[in-house]
Amino acid sequence: MTLAAASHGFLTPSGVEIAFLLVGLVTLGAAVVTVTTKQLVHAALWLVVALGGIAVEYLLLTAEFIAWVQVLIYVGSVVVLLLFGLMLTKAPIGRSPDADSGNRWAALLVAVASAAVLVWVVVDAFRASWIDLDGAVQGSTEVSGRSLFQHWVLPFEALSVLLLAALVGAIVLSRKTGEGSQETGRAAAPVRREGQR
Amino acid sequence: MHLAYPAVLAVLLFCVGLYGVLARRNAILVLMSVELMLNAVNLNLVAFDVWLRDALHAGQALTLFTIAVAAAEIGIGLAIVLLVYRNRGSSDVDKLTDLAERPTEDEQAQPQSQQQAEAAA
Repeated sequence: MTLAAASHGFLTPSGVEIAFLLVGLVTLGAAVVTVTTKQLVHAALWLVVALGGIAVEYLLLTAEFIAWVQVLIYVGSVVVLLLFGLMLTKAPIGRSPDADSGNRWAALLVAVASAAVLVWVVVDAFRASWIDLDGAVQGSTEVSGRSLFQHWVLPFEALSVLLLAALVGAIVLSRKTGEGSQETGRAAAPVRREGQR
Repeated sequence: MHLAYPAVLAVLLFCVGLYGVLARRNAILVLMSVELMLNAVNLNLVAFDVWLRDALHAGQALTLFTIAVAAAEIGIGLAIVLLVYRNRGSSDVDKLTDLAERPTEDEQAQPQSQQQAEAAA
């Protein structure tokens, strides 16, 4: 606390800290609206704001490659998938009064209690820790690519196999078992008969 | 930058996601809350990677892996939700109680199992 606090004042935040704080407030507000709004499609749109805010936080932490990956994957595809899911399950447009379940107050209690404990622990643990953002860029595309393809090649390739498995699994799950496919019909027939009994 | 800023933001986002997972009724809204929790963890990973100046950049590599796994998870999760909706006409997680233990069945099942235990003895 001695040397660190001398060079970085806690009550005189730097410009990056102020920007991080403002974007963080927007992100947190959007996240809160996402989990509390009664309109299901609005929840997905507020999720875009929250995820985009996190991308800006990555940029402020000098991890620019991850910021663009976040924009591409989350804002670009995951939210679109969620919107498609909402439409395919015929989610009601407008306010739906039963968006929250009955155990909302228990959930609020759990969330507030865990937030209090975690904030206390984190602030107490990292009171005198400072991120040095002035040195070499930590997360440019060159740095990330070098580390990814020098040290993390094997996990990277294993991840592509996982993505392939997830793709095949999603197709198999969401495919309608038509009458044309005899094999699945034969496999499903005993189950159906047991269900009728 | 003080390390507490990203760490506290990640904690708060995680707890908002936790509230959403516990309190939401629609399965797709639960998936959105899971995404918020995953993003909180990603923010922590990036912040600690930049703080530690890791030579291997393990935090950022793990963040990329988490993003890919989250994309796979959302694909599979939405497929399951669509399947449930197609079979039951509702994506309400409160109604998916097939595996729940109902108290009436428990009371009926307990004497039988006691009788079986006595017979076995």
